[in-house]
Amino acid sequence: METVTAAEGVEPVLLRFDEVSKVYPLPAGDVTALDRISLTVERGEFIAIMGPSGSGKTTLLNLIGCLDVPSSGRLVINGRDVAELSDDELTYLRRDTIGFIFQHFNLIPLLSVLENVEYPLILKCRDRSGCGQTPQMALQAAGLDDERLYTHKPNELSGGQQQRVAIARALVNDPSLLLCDEPTGNLDQKTGKAIMDLLTEMNRNGKTIIMVTHDIGISEYATRQVRIVDGRISEDTA
Amino acid sequence: MSLIFFDFARRNLQRNLFRSLLAIVGIVIGVLAISSLGILGNSLTLSVTESLSTVGDSLTVIPHSGTGSQFGGAIVQDKITERQVQDLRRVAGTNPVIPLYSTADRIEVGSENGVISIYAMNPEDMPSLVTVERGIYIRGNGGVLAGPRAADEFNLKVGSQIRFANGDTQRVVGILEERGIGFDIQPDFALIVPSRWYEDRNDEKGYDQVIIKVSDIDEVDAIEKAIDDRFNRRETVLDTFSSREILSSIQDVFGQISTFTTAIGGISLVVAGISILNVMMMSVTERTKEIGILRSIGTLRREVRQMFIYEALMLGLIGSVLGGLLSFAGGFLISLLVLQTTEYLFDPSSLSSIALGMGFGIVTALASGLYPAWKASNLNPIEALRYE
Repeated sequence: METVTAAEGVEPVLLRFDEVSKVYPLPAGDVTALDRISLTVERGEFIAIMGPSGSGKTTLLNLIGCLDVPSSGRLVINGRDVAELSDDELTYLRRDTIGFIFQHFNLIPLLSVLENVEYPLILKCRDRSGCGQTPQMALQAAGLDDERLYTHKPNELSGGQQQRVAIARALVNDPSLLLCDEPTGNLDQKTGKAIMDLLTEMNRNGKTIIMVTHDIGISEYATRQVRIVDGRISEDTA
Repeated sequence: MSLIFFDFARRNLQRNLFRSLLAIVGIVIGVLAISSLGILGNSLTLSVTESLSTVGDSLTVIPHSGTGSQFGGAIVQDKITERQVQDLRRVAGTNPVIPLYSTADRIEVGSENGVISIYAMNPEDMPSLVTVERGIYIRGNGGVLAGPRAADEFNLKVGSQIRFANGDTQRVVGILEERGIGFDIQPDFALIVPSRWYEDRNDEKGYDQVIIKVSDIDEVDAIEKAIDDRFNRRETVLDTFSSREILSSIQDVFGQISTFTTAIGGISLVVAGISILNVMMMSVTERTKEIGILRSIGTLRREVRQMFIYEALMLGLIGSVLGGLLSFAGGFLISLLVLQTTEYLFDPSSLSSIALGMGFGIVTALASGLYPAWKASNLNPIEALRYE
């Protein structure tokens, strides 16, 4: 996996929130999920975003993941202002720059383990050539060496194995950013620790990781903790 | 690239195999209905056309009614003169030209009497218009041929004596074979007499009708046009109509019947389309979360759309191919039962009914897939991801 660092002359800032608000218009009145947030993430950081339910951390994650766009303010990801991007361009940004890791793994039940990992690669390279990358390489990087598992359907695997498949899928297009939503939320403590060790290793290899969690123990794997309360940043250890 | 979405579509149809099969059955029935009704209608048209055209192709020429009225009725032409007949012979070339008188008279046969149609023509021309079943054709200047229904009505046999209104008598020399409805003359309920005999007793200025027997069907239009050029350049003098024109209007009627039955088949295809729409909408709802995942990891809207359209297309293709095969078998059976022959099934126009049915099947399936595909591709990925 290619490592992108500031030393190579790439812009060190990966994403920047500039007075970003997100307001959901509801019949009973507007709900402000994020209130003028400013946040800068540099390449190579490992950030844990914490906060109680309804604090706005999921909204923040959706904005970073280009699944949603700000109501006001500026959000720049990888040098591009998301407000100026079309739906297709946002999709390409998700495909090429961001790797998603979900709490519920979110693998495609129709596809085998190998196909799940191969899928984003096919989307990107328009064929099965893989652009020099193979799903096997990503699966091995995610710690899933047993090739007998590759032909299985996701629901035939344990939770920990499924999350490794999801990590392999997130890694396969060599994204700049791994976005994790409660990555250990559905795993037992031992498996959760193994997954966190894997993510830490990814971070050491140069991947920027932003992880939402409400588990303080898990948040300590990160190098920077950002706490959100009522749509505002209440604490940032940077 | 799109292979993966094709693969997705295939696997999803397999995942809901029973549901997919039901949707396919719908399309099969629709295609079957359209194709087999189309084949039946078409075979019917073909068989009717064939039995009518065995009559042969003839061009009937009659005087144009009302000609000359614009000159204050000075020249009223309602007969075809001997000279015009000579001109018609020149136009017709080698095709036989048969001038005839067409009239009606009161006759007496024994104790029976009544009015009957009479055709008078040259005895030499008679064999090319009618066929004698019993007795012989007229030779020379005497004798009468009687149509089969006229014979029944007046109890005529070969040798029967007929007394005409003016007192003349003639003997029946032949009874004709039943001909059915013809386009030129209706000999079944008529008497046919020699023209010389008729002319001797009537002061005729010309013939009522001229029939041109055309041996090559492709010549009909050319002869019709030549007659038009020769006689009707300044004003319409002669009217012509060919059995082919009448035939084509009959074909039109049967064509419409065929279209109508095909349209009835189309209704079942609409029902099939609705069932596909239903299946696809269920599929979109069930797969909302999956669509959310696909969108979040970088699948474009149009790629999601593609996936669903492929699904509809596959249902349509499988259904249409099965439907097409069954239609061929069904058309074969129906033709055999209704028309007692299957020769018309292999006519290109019958086979095109199958192609039409299959085409409609695919188009219906595709059309039914458009809305679900559009709906799936426009799901909000965040809400889709949250969907359980």
